[in-house]
Amino acid sequence: MLSKDLLVVGAGPAGLATAIQAAKNGVKDITVVDLNMKPGGQLFKQIHKFFGSHEHRAGIRGMDTGAAMLEEAQSLGVDIWLNSACVGFYDDKVACIEQGQPDGTKKIVFMKPKTIAICTGGQENVVRFTGWTTPGVMGAGAAQTMVNVNKVQPGKKIVMLGTGNVGLIVSYQLMQSGCDVVCLVEALPGINGYGVHASKISRAGVPIYTKHTIKEVKGNGPNGRVSEVTIVEIDPKFNHIPGTEKTFEADTVTLAAGLKPVSDLVKLQDIDLVFNGPFGGWVPVHNEKMQSTCKGIYVAGDTTGVEEANTALEEGNVAGVSIAEELGCITAAEADAKRKEIWERLDGLRMGPFGERRAAAKKEVMEQFPGVRA
Amino acid sequence: MARIDDEMLVCRCEEVTVGEIREAIAQGAFDVVGVKRRTRAGMGLCQGRTCEKMVQQLISMELGVAPNETGVSSTRPPVRPVSYGALAEGVF
Ligand SMILES: Cc1cc2nc3c(=O)[nH]c(=O)nc-3n(C[C@H](O)[C@H](O)[C@H](O)COP(=O)(O)OP(=O)(O)OC[C@H]3O[C@@H](n4cnc5c(N)ncnc54)[C@H](O)[C@@H]3O)c2cc1C
Repeated sequence: MLSKDLLVVGAGPAGLATAIQAAKNGVKDITVVDLNMKPGGQLFKQIHKFFGSHEHRAGIRGMDTGAAMLEEAQSLGVDIWLNSACVGFYDDKVACIEQGQPDGTKKIVFMKPKTIAICTGGQENVVRFTGWTTPGVMGAGAAQTMVNVNKVQPGKKIVMLGTGNVGLIVSYQLMQSGCDVVCLVEALPGINGYGVHASKISRAGVPIYTKHTIKEVKGNGPNGRVSEVTIVEIDPKFNHIPGTEKTFEADTVTLAAGLKPVSDLVKLQDIDLVFNGPFGGWVPVHNEKMQSTCKGIYVAGDTTGVEEANTALEEGNVAGVSIAEELGCITAAEADAKRKEIWERLDGLRMGPFGERRAAAKKEVMEQFPGVRA
Repeated sequence: MARIDDEMLVCRCEEVTVGEIREAIAQGAFDVVGVKRRTRAGMGLCQGRTCEKMVQQLISMELGVAPNETGVSSTRPPVRPVSYGALAEGVF
Protein backbone atom coordinates (compact mmCIF):
# COMPACT_ATOMS: atom_id res chain seq x y z
CA MET A 1 0.00 0.00 0.00
CA LEU A 2 1.19 3.49 -0.87
CA SER A 3 1.75 5.94 1.94
CA LYS A 4 1.56 9.69 1.29
CA ASP A 5 1.53 12.87 3.29
CA LEU A 6 -1.48 14.24 1.46
CA LEU A 7 -4.07 12.88 -0.95
CA VAL A 8 -6.21 15.49 -2.70
CA VAL A 9 -9.34 14.23 -4.45
CA GLY A 10 -10.35 16.56 -7.29
CA ALA A 11 -8.08 18.75 -9.43
CA GLY A 12 -10.39 21.74 -9.69
CA PRO A 13 -9.37 25.15 -8.34
CA ALA A 14 -10.01 23.99 -4.75
CA GLY A 15 -7.95 20.80 -5.04
CA LEU A 16 -5.07 22.36 -6.98
CA ALA A 17 -4.88 25.31 -4.55
CA THR A 18 -4.83 22.90 -1.58
CA ALA A 19 -1.93 20.98 -3.12
CA ILE A 20 0.01 24.12 -4.13
CA GLN A 21 -0.42 25.80 -0.77
CA ALA A 22 0.50 22.64 1.17
CA ALA A 23 3.63 22.16 -0.99
CA LYS A 24 4.66 25.81 -0.60
CA ASN A 25 4.45 25.38 3.16
CA GLY A 26 6.67 22.33 3.22
CA VAL A 27 4.41 19.29 2.71
CA LYS A 28 6.44 16.82 0.65
CA ASP A 29 4.67 13.81 -0.70
CA ILE A 30 1.42 14.99 -2.36
CA THR A 31 -0.83 13.20 -4.85
CA VAL A 32 -3.83 14.80 -6.57
CA VAL A 33 -6.31 12.47 -8.33
CA ASP A 34 -9.02 13.51 -10.77
CA LEU A 35 -11.36 11.39 -12.82
CA ASN A 36 -11.15 13.73 -15.81
CA MET A 37 -8.52 13.55 -18.56
CA LYS A 38 -7.63 17.20 -17.98
CA PRO A 39 -6.98 18.96 -14.68
CA GLY A 40 -8.70 22.19 -13.64
CA GLY A 41 -12.17 20.89 -12.74
CA GLN A 42 -14.86 23.17 -14.10
CA LEU A 43 -12.20 25.69 -15.10
CA PHE A 44 -10.89 23.80 -18.10
CA LYS A 45 -14.04 24.47 -20.07
CA GLN A 46 -14.45 28.14 -19.13
CA ILE A 47 -13.24 29.94 -22.25
CA HIS A 48 -14.86 33.20 -21.13
CA LYS A 49 -13.23 35.98 -19.14
CA PHE A 50 -14.19 35.69 -15.48
CA PHE A 51 -16.34 38.09 -13.59
CA GLY A 52 -15.34 38.83 -10.01
CA SER A 53 -13.10 41.20 -8.13
CA HIS A 54 -9.90 43.19 -8.73
CA GLU A 55 -7.14 40.97 -7.32
CA HIS A 56 -9.14 37.88 -8.19
CA ARG A 57 -8.33 37.25 -11.81
CA ALA A 58 -11.35 39.11 -13.17
CA GLY A 59 -10.86 39.39 -16.92
CA ILE A 60 -8.73 36.24 -17.10
CA ARG A 61 -10.18 33.21 -18.85
CA GLY A 62 -10.98 30.30 -16.53
CA MET A 63 -9.03 27.83 -18.62
CA ASP A 64 -5.88 30.00 -18.40
CA THR A 65 -6.16 30.08 -14.59
CA GLY A 66 -6.51 26.28 -14.63
CA ALA A 67 -3.40 25.87 -16.82
CA ALA A 68 -1.36 28.24 -14.64
CA MET A 69 -2.34 26.35 -11.48
CA LEU A 70 -1.45 23.03 -13.02
CA GLU A 71 1.99 24.31 -14.01
CA GLU A 72 2.61 25.69 -10.54
CA ALA A 73 1.56 22.43 -8.87
CA GLN A 74 3.84 20.42 -11.13
CA SER A 75 6.79 22.75 -10.60
CA LEU A 76 6.36 22.19 -6.86
CA GLY A 77 6.65 18.43 -7.37
CA VAL A 78 2.97 17.57 -6.84
CA ASP A 79 2.06 14.23 -8.40
CA ILE A 80 -1.13 14.52 -10.49
CA TRP A 81 -3.00 11.38 -11.54
CA LEU A 82 -5.57 12.02 -14.25
CA ASN A 83 -8.22 9.65 -15.50
CA SER A 84 -8.14 8.37 -11.93
CA ALA A 85 -11.17 8.24 -9.63
CA CYS A 86 -11.10 7.83 -5.90
CA VAL A 87 -13.83 5.18 -5.62
CA GLY A 88 -14.01 4.84 -1.87
CA PHE A 89 -12.51 4.92 1.58
CA TYR A 90 -12.15 1.84 3.72
CA ASP A 91 -11.36 1.37 7.39
CA ASP A 92 -8.75 3.60 8.86
CA LYS A 93 -8.94 6.14 6.03
CA VAL A 94 -7.49 3.88 3.37
CA ALA A 95 -8.36 5.33 -0.05
CA CYS A 96 -9.17 3.10 -2.99
CA ILE A 97 -8.18 4.68 -6.31
CA GLU A 98 -8.85 3.47 -9.81
CA GLN A 99 -5.65 4.72 -11.40
CA GLY A 100 -5.59 5.46 -15.13
CA GLN A 101 -2.63 3.87 -16.92
CA PRO A 102 -0.75 5.32 -19.92
CA ASP A 103 -2.24 2.61 -22.16
CA GLY A 104 -5.78 3.65 -21.17
CA THR A 105 -6.48 0.73 -18.85
CA LYS A 106 -7.20 1.13 -15.14
CA LYS A 107 -5.60 -0.37 -12.09
CA ILE A 108 -6.86 -0.36 -8.50
CA VAL A 109 -4.42 0.97 -5.94
CA PHE A 110 -4.82 1.51 -2.22
CA MET A 111 -3.28 4.44 -0.43
CA LYS A 112 -2.99 5.39 3.21
CA PRO A 113 -2.34 9.12 3.33
CA LYS A 114 -1.59 11.01 6.53
CA THR A 115 -4.08 13.69 5.48
CA ILE A 116 -6.86 13.87 2.87
CA ALA A 117 -8.50 16.84 1.16
CA ILE A 118 -11.89 16.17 -0.44
CA CYS A 119 -12.43 18.74 -3.22
CA THR A 120 -14.94 16.92 -5.42
CA GLY A 121 -16.85 20.01 -6.59
CA GLY A 122 -20.47 20.25 -7.58
CA GLN A 123 -22.82 18.48 -9.92
CA GLU A 124 -25.67 19.80 -12.05
CA ASN A 125 -29.26 19.48 -10.90
CA VAL A 126 -31.80 17.81 -13.15
CA VAL A 127 -35.29 19.16 -13.73
CA ARG A 128 -38.23 16.91 -14.26
CA PHE A 129 -40.82 17.50 -16.96
CA THR A 130 -42.63 15.05 -19.20
CA GLY A 131 -39.90 13.55 -21.36
CA TRP A 132 -36.87 14.67 -19.30
CA THR A 133 -35.11 11.37 -20.01
CA THR A 134 -35.38 11.82 -23.80
CA PRO A 135 -31.98 11.58 -25.60
CA GLY A 136 -30.86 15.14 -26.28
CA VAL A 137 -31.77 16.47 -22.84
CA MET A 138 -28.55 17.22 -20.96
CA GLY A 139 -26.92 19.46 -18.40
CA ALA A 140 -25.70 22.85 -19.62
CA GLY A 141 -22.27 21.94 -18.25
CA ALA A 142 -22.21 18.79 -20.38
CA ALA A 143 -23.08 20.87 -23.46
CA GLN A 144 -20.31 23.30 -22.51
CA THR A 145 -17.75 20.50 -22.25
CA MET A 146 -18.84 19.27 -25.69
CA VAL A 147 -18.42 22.62 -27.48
CA ASN A 148 -15.44 24.06 -25.61
CA VAL A 149 -13.35 20.97 -24.87
CA ASN A 150 -14.34 18.33 -27.40
CA LYS A 151 -15.31 20.78 -30.18
CA VAL A 152 -18.52 18.90 -30.90
CA GLN A 153 -21.93 20.56 -31.19
CA PRO A 154 -24.43 18.92 -28.82
CA GLY A 155 -27.19 19.60 -31.35
CA LYS A 156 -28.41 22.06 -33.96
CA LYS A 157 -31.46 23.68 -32.34
CA ILE A 158 -31.26 24.14 -28.59
CA VAL A 159 -33.68 25.23 -25.86
CA MET A 160 -31.92 26.40 -22.65
CA LEU A 161 -33.68 26.12 -19.30
CA GLY A 162 -32.34 28.60 -16.73
CA THR A 163 -30.95 32.12 -17.00
CA GLY A 164 -28.38 32.15 -14.19
CA ASN A 165 -24.84 32.90 -15.29
CA VAL A 166 -24.27 29.31 -16.35
CA GLY A 167 -27.39 29.33 -18.57
CA LEU A 168 -26.48 32.68 -20.11
CA ILE A 169 -22.77 31.96 -20.67
CA VAL A 170 -23.32 28.49 -22.08
CA SER A 171 -26.09 29.80 -24.40
CA TYR A 172 -23.71 32.37 -25.79
CA GLN A 173 -20.92 29.85 -26.23
CA LEU A 174 -23.32 27.49 -28.02
CA MET A 175 -24.26 30.37 -30.35
CA GLN A 176 -20.56 31.12 -30.96
CA SER A 177 -20.05 27.50 -31.95
CA GLY A 178 -22.77 27.85 -34.59
CA CYS A 179 -25.71 26.23 -32.79
CA ASP A 180 -29.13 27.81 -33.08
CA VAL A 181 -30.31 28.67 -29.56
CA VAL A 182 -34.09 28.76 -30.02
CA CYS A 183 -34.93 30.41 -26.69
CA LEU A 184 -34.10 30.57 -22.99
CA VAL A 185 -36.72 29.66 -20.40
CA GLU A 186 -36.75 30.97 -16.82
CA ALA A 187 -39.22 30.22 -14.01
CA LEU A 188 -38.45 33.41 -12.10
CA PRO A 189 -40.01 36.78 -13.06
CA GLY A 190 -36.61 38.17 -14.10
CA ILE A 191 -33.29 37.08 -15.57
CA ASN A 192 -31.21 35.45 -12.87
CA GLY A 193 -27.66 36.21 -14.05
CA TYR A 194 -25.63 39.29 -14.89
CA GLY A 195 -27.08 41.84 -17.34
CA VAL A 196 -23.89 41.90 -19.45
CA HIS A 197 -24.28 38.24 -20.34
CA ALA A 198 -28.04 38.52 -20.93
CA SER A 199 -27.74 41.50 -23.27
CA LYS A 200 -25.32 39.66 -25.56
CA ILE A 201 -28.03 37.06 -26.06
CA SER A 202 -30.90 39.51 -26.45
CA ARG A 203 -28.88 41.55 -28.96
CA ALA A 204 -28.57 38.45 -31.11
CA GLY A 205 -32.36 38.26 -31.17
CA VAL A 206 -32.77 35.15 -29.01
CA PRO A 207 -35.96 35.39 -26.90
CA ILE A 208 -35.83 34.87 -23.14
CA TYR A 209 -39.16 33.69 -21.66
CA THR A 210 -39.34 34.55 -17.96
CA LYS A 211 -42.15 33.11 -15.74
CA HIS A 212 -42.07 30.04 -18.02
CA THR A 213 -41.03 26.43 -17.66
CA ILE A 214 -40.76 23.38 -19.90
CA LYS A 215 -43.99 21.41 -19.96
CA GLU A 216 -43.09 18.60 -22.29
CA VAL A 217 -40.36 17.31 -24.55
CA LYS A 218 -41.27 14.97 -27.42
CA GLY A 219 -38.75 12.45 -28.71
CA ASN A 220 -39.77 11.76 -32.31
CA GLY A 221 -36.35 12.54 -33.78
CA PRO A 222 -33.81 10.01 -35.09
CA ASN A 223 -33.26 7.23 -32.48
CA GLY A 224 -35.91 8.77 -30.26
CA ARG A 225 -34.07 12.06 -29.95
CA VAL A 226 -35.74 15.33 -28.89
CA SER A 227 -37.94 16.70 -31.70
CA GLU A 228 -40.18 19.25 -30.02
CA VAL A 229 -40.24 21.32 -26.83
CA THR A 230 -43.40 22.82 -25.31
CA ILE A 231 -43.03 25.60 -22.78
CA VAL A 232 -45.77 27.07 -20.61
CA GLU A 233 -46.29 30.16 -18.49
CA ILE A 234 -46.46 29.63 -14.72
CA ASP A 235 -48.19 31.51 -11.92
CA PRO A 236 -46.34 32.61 -8.75
CA LYS A 237 -47.02 29.16 -7.24
CA PHE A 238 -45.40 27.46 -10.25
CA ASN A 239 -48.74 26.14 -11.57
CA HIS A 240 -48.93 25.85 -15.35
CA ILE A 241 -51.35 28.38 -16.86
CA PRO A 242 -53.45 26.45 -19.44
CA GLY A 243 -53.62 27.98 -22.89
CA THR A 244 -50.21 29.69 -22.66
CA GLU A 245 -48.24 26.84 -24.27
CA LYS A 246 -45.74 27.53 -27.04
CA THR A 247 -44.13 24.72 -29.02
CA PHE A 248 -40.71 24.90 -30.68
CA GLU A 249 -38.90 22.56 -32.99
CA ALA A 250 -35.60 21.57 -31.31
CA ASP A 251 -33.23 18.60 -31.03
CA THR A 252 -31.55 19.47 -27.74
CA VAL A 253 -32.57 20.77 -24.30
CA THR A 254 -29.89 22.01 -21.91
CA LEU A 255 -30.62 22.35 -18.20
CA ALA A 256 -28.96 25.12 -16.19
CA ALA A 257 -30.85 24.78 -12.92
CA GLY A 258 -27.99 25.09 -10.49
CA LEU A 259 -25.55 22.68 -8.96
CA LYS A 260 -25.41 20.61 -5.82
CA PRO A 261 -22.34 19.63 -3.82
CA VAL A 262 -20.86 16.18 -4.60
CA SER A 263 -20.82 14.51 -1.20
CA ASP A 264 -20.40 10.80 -1.97
CA LEU A 265 -16.85 10.47 -0.60
CA VAL A 266 -17.56 12.77 2.33
CA LYS A 267 -20.36 10.42 3.40
CA LEU A 268 -17.94 7.48 3.63
CA GLN A 269 -16.06 9.13 6.48
CA ASP A 270 -17.13 10.08 9.96
CA ILE A 271 -18.04 13.56 8.74
CA ASP A 272 -21.13 15.48 9.90
CA LEU A 273 -23.34 16.87 7.14
CA VAL A 274 -25.80 19.72 7.33
CA PHE A 275 -28.52 20.81 4.88
CA ASN A 276 -28.02 24.28 3.47
CA GLY A 277 -30.46 25.67 0.89
CA PRO A 278 -28.35 28.49 -0.61
CA PHE A 279 -25.37 26.11 -0.94
CA GLY A 280 -27.36 23.57 -2.95
CA GLY A 281 -28.05 20.75 -0.46
CA TRP A 282 -26.13 18.61 2.04
CA VAL A 283 -22.65 19.87 2.84
CA PRO A 284 -19.90 18.73 5.23
CA VAL A 285 -19.66 20.74 8.44
CA HIS A 286 -16.23 22.34 8.77
CA ASN A 287 -14.37 25.00 10.75
CA GLU A 288 -12.33 28.06 9.69
CA LYS A 289 -9.35 25.75 9.02
CA MET A 290 -11.46 23.83 6.47
CA GLN A 291 -11.14 20.84 8.79
CA SER A 292 -14.03 18.36 8.71
CA THR A 293 -15.28 16.61 11.84
CA CYS A 294 -13.03 13.63 11.00
CA LYS A 295 -9.39 14.04 12.03
CA GLY A 296 -6.99 14.49 9.12
CA ILE A 297 -9.72 15.13 6.54
CA TYR A 298 -10.16 18.56 5.02
CA VAL A 299 -12.80 19.88 2.60
CA ALA A 300 -12.78 22.87 0.22
CA GLY A 301 -14.60 24.36 -2.76
CA ASP A 302 -18.01 23.58 -4.21
CA THR A 303 -18.14 20.34 -2.16
CA THR A 304 -18.66 22.54 0.89
CA GLY A 305 -21.35 24.66 -0.80
CA VAL A 306 -21.73 25.68 -4.44
CA GLU A 307 -20.08 29.07 -5.01
CA GLU A 308 -17.49 30.12 -7.59
CA ALA A 309 -13.96 29.44 -8.73
CA ASN A 310 -12.31 32.15 -6.63
CA THR A 311 -13.92 31.11 -3.36
CA ALA A 312 -13.03 27.48 -4.15
CA LEU A 313 -9.43 28.47 -4.74
CA GLU A 314 -9.15 30.50 -1.52
CA GLU A 315 -10.76 27.73 0.52
CA GLY A 316 -8.16 25.41 -0.99
CA ASN A 317 -5.46 27.82 0.14
CA VAL A 318 -6.84 27.67 3.69
CA ALA A 319 -6.94 23.86 3.61
CA GLY A 320 -3.34 23.70 2.30
CA VAL A 321 -2.07 25.90 5.13
CA SER A 322 -4.00 23.90 7.75
CA ILE A 323 -2.65 20.60 6.40
CA ALA A 324 0.91 21.94 6.60
CA GLU A 325 0.14 22.89 10.21
CA GLU A 326 -1.26 19.45 11.06
CA LEU A 327 1.80 17.75 9.57
CA GLY A 328 4.11 19.97 11.60
CA CYS A 329 5.62 21.84 8.65
CA ILE A 330 4.62 25.25 10.03
CA THR A 331 3.71 26.45 13.51
CA ALA A 332 0.18 27.21 14.67
CA ALA A 333 1.03 30.92 14.85
CA GLU A 334 2.36 30.92 11.28
CA ALA A 335 -0.73 29.08 10.10
CA ASP A 336 -3.07 31.48 11.90
CA ALA A 337 -1.40 34.50 10.30
CA LYS A 338 -1.66 32.99 6.83
CA ARG A 339 -5.28 31.93 7.31
CA LYS A 340 -6.21 35.40 8.52
CA GLU A 341 -4.95 36.91 5.27
CA ILE A 342 -6.79 34.37 3.13
CA TRP A 343 -10.03 34.81 5.09
CA GLU A 344 -9.88 38.55 4.47
CA ARG A 345 -9.86 37.82 0.75
CA LEU A 346 -12.69 35.29 1.17
CA ASP A 347 -14.79 37.85 3.04
CA GLY A 348 -14.10 40.29 0.20
CA LEU A 349 -15.40 37.75 -2.32
CA ARG A 350 -18.58 37.21 -0.30
CA MET A 351 -19.87 40.77 -0.57
CA GLY A 352 -22.64 42.31 -2.65
CA PRO A 353 -26.20 41.04 -2.95
CA PHE A 354 -25.24 37.51 -4.12
CA GLY A 355 -22.17 37.31 -1.89
CA GLU A 356 -23.86 38.27 1.36
CA ARG A 357 -26.21 35.31 1.13
CA ARG A 358 -23.22 33.01 0.68
CA ALA A 359 -21.36 34.66 3.56
CA ALA A 360 -24.37 34.01 5.82
CA ALA A 361 -24.64 30.41 4.60
CA LYS A 362 -20.94 29.80 5.27
CA LYS A 363 -21.31 31.20 8.77
CA GLU A 364 -24.28 28.94 9.41
CA VAL A 365 -22.32 25.85 8.33
CA MET A 366 -19.28 26.72 10.46
CA GLU A 367 -21.42 27.47 13.50
CA GLN A 368 -22.53 23.82 13.49
CA PHE A 369 -18.95 22.57 13.92
CA PRO A 370 -18.83 20.33 16.99
CA GLY A 371 -15.06 19.78 16.98
CA VAL A 372 -12.76 17.18 15.41
CA ARG A 373 -13.15 13.48 16.25
CA ALA A 374 -10.15 11.15 16.11
CA MET B 1 -46.97 23.28 -8.32
CA ALA B 2 -48.40 21.33 -11.24
CA ARG B 3 -49.35 17.72 -10.47
CA ILE B 4 -46.65 15.33 -11.69
CA ASP B 5 -47.72 12.31 -13.73
CA ASP B 6 -47.31 8.91 -12.08
CA GLU B 7 -45.66 7.55 -15.25
CA MET B 8 -42.75 10.00 -15.16
CA LEU B 9 -39.34 8.40 -14.54
CA VAL B 10 -37.38 9.58 -11.51
CA CYS B 11 -34.50 7.09 -11.24
CA ARG B 12 -33.48 6.29 -14.80
CA CYS B 13 -30.79 3.75 -13.79
CA GLU B 14 -33.31 1.50 -12.02
CA GLU B 15 -36.37 2.73 -13.99
CA VAL B 16 -38.38 3.87 -10.98
CA THR B 17 -41.41 6.10 -11.64
CA VAL B 18 -43.10 8.88 -9.69
CA GLY B 19 -46.04 6.50 -9.08
CA GLU B 20 -43.80 3.85 -7.50
CA ILE B 21 -42.23 6.44 -5.23
CA ARG B 22 -45.68 7.73 -4.22
CA GLU B 23 -46.64 4.15 -3.41
CA ALA B 24 -43.52 3.69 -1.26
CA ILE B 25 -44.39 6.87 0.63
CA ALA B 26 -47.96 5.62 1.09
CA GLN B 27 -46.47 2.42 2.55
CA GLY B 28 -44.60 4.43 5.14
CA ALA B 29 -41.35 5.64 3.60
CA PHE B 30 -40.57 9.11 4.91
CA ASP B 31 -36.95 9.65 3.83
CA VAL B 32 -34.61 9.03 0.91
CA VAL B 33 -33.26 5.80 2.40
CA GLY B 34 -36.79 4.47 3.00
CA VAL B 35 -37.74 5.13 -0.61
CA LYS B 36 -34.47 3.55 -1.78
CA ARG B 37 -35.07 0.35 0.20
CA ARG B 38 -38.57 -0.06 -1.18
CA THR B 39 -38.02 0.94 -4.82
CA ARG B 40 -34.24 0.72 -5.58
CA ALA B 41 -34.31 4.42 -6.58
CA GLY B 42 -30.69 5.54 -6.26
CA MET B 43 -29.17 2.05 -6.28
CA GLY B 44 -28.12 1.95 -9.94
CA LEU B 45 -25.03 2.87 -11.90
CA CYS B 46 -24.97 6.53 -10.88
CA GLN B 47 -25.74 5.77 -7.21
CA GLY B 48 -28.44 8.42 -6.95
CA ARG B 49 -26.30 11.31 -8.12
CA THR B 50 -29.00 12.26 -10.63
CA CYS B 51 -32.24 11.39 -8.86
CA GLU B 52 -31.57 11.97 -5.16
CA LYS B 53 -32.68 15.58 -5.24
CA MET B 54 -35.86 14.67 -7.15
CA VAL B 55 -36.66 11.97 -4.60
CA GLN B 56 -36.16 14.54 -1.84
CA GLN B 57 -38.52 16.96 -3.62
CA LEU B 58 -41.18 14.29 -4.08
CA ILE B 59 -41.08 13.27 -0.42
CA SER B 60 -41.22 16.86 0.69
CA MET B 61 -44.19 17.56 -1.64
CA GLU B 62 -46.12 14.42 -0.71
CA LEU B 63 -45.60 14.73 3.05
CA GLY B 64 -45.46 18.52 3.27
CA VAL B 65 -42.08 18.51 5.04
CA ALA B 66 -38.99 20.67 4.49
CA PRO B 67 -36.27 19.27 2.18
CA ASN B 68 -33.83 18.88 5.09
CA GLU B 69 -36.32 16.56 6.78
CA THR B 70 -36.19 14.03 3.93
CA GLY B 71 -32.76 12.74 4.94
CA VAL B 72 -29.69 11.98 2.93
CA SER B 73 -28.94 8.73 1.12
CA SER B 74 -26.38 6.28 2.43
CA THR B 75 -23.25 5.63 0.36
CA ARG B 76 -21.01 2.60 -0.03
CA PRO B 77 -17.83 2.09 -2.06
CA PRO B 78 -17.27 1.95 -4.95
CA VAL B 79 -18.83 5.38 -5.54
CA ARG B 80 -18.00 5.18 -9.25
CA PRO B 81 -18.49 2.10 -11.46
CA VAL B 82 -15.47 -0.24 -11.29
CA SER B 83 -15.11 -3.66 -12.89
CA TYR B 84 -14.86 -6.70 -10.60
CA GLY B 85 -11.68 -7.67 -12.43
CA ALA B 86 -9.95 -4.40 -11.56
CA LEU B 87 -11.10 -4.67 -7.95
CA ALA B 88 -9.89 -8.26 -7.65
CA GLU B 89 -6.46 -7.40 -9.05
CA GLY B 90 -6.06 -4.46 -6.70
CA VAL B 91 -2.95 -4.59 -4.53
CA PHE B 92 -3.51 -3.73 -0.90
C1 LIG C 1 -20.75 27.27 -17.02
C2 LIG C 1 -20.02 27.73 -15.79
C3 LIG C 1 -19.50 29.02 -15.75
C4 LIG C 1 -18.82 29.46 -14.61
N1 LIG C 1 -18.29 30.73 -14.61
C5 LIG C 1 -17.62 31.18 -13.52
C6 LIG C 1 -17.06 32.50 -13.49
O1 LIG C 1 -17.15 33.26 -14.46
N2 LIG C 1 -16.41 32.89 -12.35
C7 LIG C 1 -16.28 32.06 -11.27
O2 LIG C 1 -15.66 32.46 -10.29
N3 LIG C 1 -16.81 30.81 -11.28
C8 LIG C 1 -17.47 30.35 -12.37
N4 LIG C 1 -18.02 29.07 -12.36
C9 LIG C 1 -17.96 28.24 -11.14
C10 LIG C 1 -16.64 27.53 -10.95
O3 LIG C 1 -16.26 26.87 -12.14
C11 LIG C 1 -16.77 26.50 -9.81
O4 LIG C 1 -17.31 27.12 -8.67
C12 LIG C 1 -15.38 25.94 -9.43
O5 LIG C 1 -14.83 25.26 -10.51
C13 LIG C 1 -15.46 25.02 -8.20
O6 LIG C 1 -14.19 24.49 -7.94
P1 LIG C 1 -13.97 23.10 -7.20
O7 LIG C 1 -12.50 22.87 -7.22
O8 LIG C 1 -14.65 23.15 -5.89
O9 LIG C 1 -14.75 22.01 -8.05
P2 LIG C 1 -14.64 21.55 -9.58
O10 LIG C 1 -14.06 22.60 -10.44
O11 LIG C 1 -15.97 21.03 -9.92
O12 LIG C 1 -13.60 20.34 -9.51
C14 LIG C 1 -13.90 19.12 -8.86
C15 LIG C 1 -13.12 18.02 -9.51
O13 LIG C 1 -13.23 16.84 -8.73
C16 LIG C 1 -13.27 15.74 -9.58
N5 LIG C 1 -13.87 14.60 -8.84
C17 LIG C 1 -15.10 14.51 -8.27
N6 LIG C 1 -15.27 13.32 -7.67
C18 LIG C 1 -14.11 12.63 -7.86
C19 LIG C 1 -13.67 11.34 -7.47
N7 LIG C 1 -14.45 10.49 -6.75
N8 LIG C 1 -12.42 10.95 -7.84
C20 LIG C 1 -11.62 11.79 -8.57
N9 LIG C 1 -11.99 13.03 -8.94
C21 LIG C 1 -13.21 13.44 -8.60
C22 LIG C 1 -14.10 16.20 -10.74
O14 LIG C 1 -13.85 15.44 -11.89
C23 LIG C 1 -13.62 17.65 -10.90
O15 LIG C 1 -12.56 17.76 -11.83
C24 LIG C 1 -18.69 28.60 -13.50
C25 LIG C 1 -19.22 27.30 -13.53
C26 LIG C 1 -19.88 26.86 -14.66
C27 LIG C 1 -20.45 25.45 -14.69
